[in-house]
Amino acid sequence: MTNRISALLLGTALVFGACSAVLAQDKTIKIGVLTDNSGLYSDLGGAGSTLAAQMAVEDSGLAAKGWKIDIVSADHQNKPDIAVNTARQWIDVDKVDIFMDVLNSGVALAVNNLVKEKNAIMINTGAASSDLTNAQCSPNTIHWVYDTYMLANSTGQALVKAGGDSWYFLTADYAFGHALERDTSAVVLKSGGKVIGTVRHPLNTADFSSFLLQAQASKAKIVGMANAGGDTTNTIKQASEFGIVAGGQKLAGLLLFITDVHSLGLKVAQGLSFTETFYWDLNDGTRAFSKRFSERTKSKAMPSMVQAGVYSGLIHYFKALEAMGGNSHDGIKIVEKMKSMPTDDPLFGKGSIRADGRKLHPAYLFEVKKPSESKGPWDYYKLIGTTPGEQAFRPLSESVCALVKK
Amino acid sequence: MQALYAQLLVGLINGSFYALLSLGLAVIFGMLNIINFAHGAVYMMGAFCAYFLLNVMGIGYWPALIIAPIAVGIFGMILERTMLQWLSGLDHLYGLLLTFGLALIIQGVFQNYFGSSGLPYAIPSELQGGLNLGFMFLPIYRGWVVVFSLIVCIATWYLIEKTRLGANLRAATENPTLVRAFGINVPRMITLTYGLGVGLAALAGVLSAPINQVRPLMGADLIIVVFAVVVIGGMGSIMGSIITGFALGVIEGLTKYFYPEASNTVVFVLMVLVLLVKPTGLTGRATT
Repeated sequence: MTNRISALLLGTALVFGACSAVLAQDKTIKIGVLTDNSGLYSDLGGAGSTLAAQMAVEDSGLAAKGWKIDIVSADHQNKPDIAVNTARQWIDVDKVDIFMDVLNSGVALAVNNLVKEKNAIMINTGAASSDLTNAQCSPNTIHWVYDTYMLANSTGQALVKAGGDSWYFLTADYAFGHALERDTSAVVLKSGGKVIGTVRHPLNTADFSSFLLQAQASKAKIVGMANAGGDTTNTIKQASEFGIVAGGQKLAGLLLFITDVHSLGLKVAQGLSFTETFYWDLNDGTRAFSKRFSERTKSKAMPSMVQAGVYSGLIHYFKALEAMGGNSHDGIKIVEKMKSMPTDDPLFGKGSIRADGRKLHPAYLFEVKKPSESKGPWDYYKLIGTTPGEQAFRPLSESVCALVKK
Repeated sequence: MQALYAQLLVGLINGSFYALLSLGLAVIFGMLNIINFAHGAVYMMGAFCAYFLLNVMGIGYWPALIIAPIAVGIFGMILERTMLQWLSGLDHLYGLLLTFGLALIIQGVFQNYFGSSGLPYAIPSELQGGLNLGFMFLPIYRGWVVVFSLIVCIATWYLIEKTRLGANLRAATENPTLVRAFGINVPRMITLTYGLGVGLAALAGVLSAPINQVRPLMGADLIIVVFAVVVIGGMGSIMGSIITGFALGVIEGLTKYFYPEASNTVVFVLMVLVLLVKPTGLTGRATT
């Protein structure tokens, strides 16, 4: 009798075991590109991010190996409530495994919590706030491309070294601007400079003349723009009108994208220095990808670092899933696997992912070329300095992230 | 104190855009009874028109100042002929919804082709540089914007309030049947008025092209504020909207100095206050 029962139990166990083995072999992936498709950041993320995701899926070759990969995309309109609602529906109803792009720090921090609660995955390539891998770090989130600490560290330090020791900040009045201002102030103070003042403007401001006059009156050597997208381009354009640079002050673009430089034109943008982690014309790998990318966009635009990050992040995610033999849909486990593997792709080169979710790769300090130096459309940057990944980002010793063992 | 003068002047500059835009809205509302939500979109079209004139046809800023408003005005008249005229006599809400939908379509089309970061448009060489006024550095172009828009505002006011054409127009809104009996082609007049209002918005668009990026959403960002201006000034009141436009620009400028975080909100706070105290707006008359 006992023998028969144990045989029965063994049989059931085998059947269940076989079932879970089948489950582990689940080869479906659903990718959600959550971005700004219509607002001021839609050129640096938007449809280009979805295209980058498509290219990653095609280049991965997973379809030929029997994987089924779907991409969905939605416009979060830069509103955290809309983003969280969409994300919740994606996870609960559409069974989305991984969130890509998620630009806008306000949106990213909100989605970060939800992704953690639901054990999904977010590879954030668009938001800047370094809180994503510090105070708000999560075992389900990887911050891929850049962050405020890195921007501050690279651009801030370089400018203070070059003599810009007094700063006035023009800050976008939301999570991202505050984080960028805070991190840059810290670097400026640490490098021996001082912060004279700051003015906070609402997101999406058309006219900066009031703020620029205040910056001008402060007599600070550096006017630091802790804003992004259309806000930054309008600031730069109007600063030249009010003679800020002609009057001896220097503009520091703390976060500038190639799409911003393209929209300003070299005549206005020349001489600006700032930090990015990707530029289409860095090496053969970036050029080849960017050429393919650009041919598939309507405006023939080169990819921004946010869009390049979507491609690079997904390639690594696919590698991890392939190594695991299937998609377990268990966010924490997959992210752990991704952290344990070194990253390597043609766009960002070799790198790694730290325990706090921070992806490490070099940061490049660029200067915008003069119109006479540019050989053609999109030939905009001169590389003037490189910081290795380990030094570019916040050291783990300064981290307050709970995932970091001390 | 010096900083304060500078902020006042900057406010006046922004005020001139508000005044030009709200003037167009007031003309359209006063004469056609349409709440023209497409106003921001045609403002944007004015700026894009200037951009194309320069970059495709090599036509500079000065001719664009005339050509763009006319071209966009004609576009407006086509809209009026083909769509808006069928809504006359219906509730305001229909016109509002139609023009709002049109605005979304126009913006969507432009965004589809030109993205959101915008296109560059340089300040004309004659107006580059600036004057040092002692208390601030005034870019010549901005000074020009204030002077030019003041002239346009006053000319429009004069046209509608003081000329025979204006008198006919006002009469046509009061009692179209009677005016028709005098042999005046009322529908044509309405179309022309809509064209005029739209042209004013396009003119503001050309003026703003060298200051702001030429972006598909440039009008959407502005239109809500301009509506608040019109409501505060009194719907349909020409002089009211001009004065409120400039005044609110100044108030907003001062807010940017004293409490910048509220600079996007102050106009709406004022609107609420005005509506509570005087629901017809500062210069509006109660409708009978």
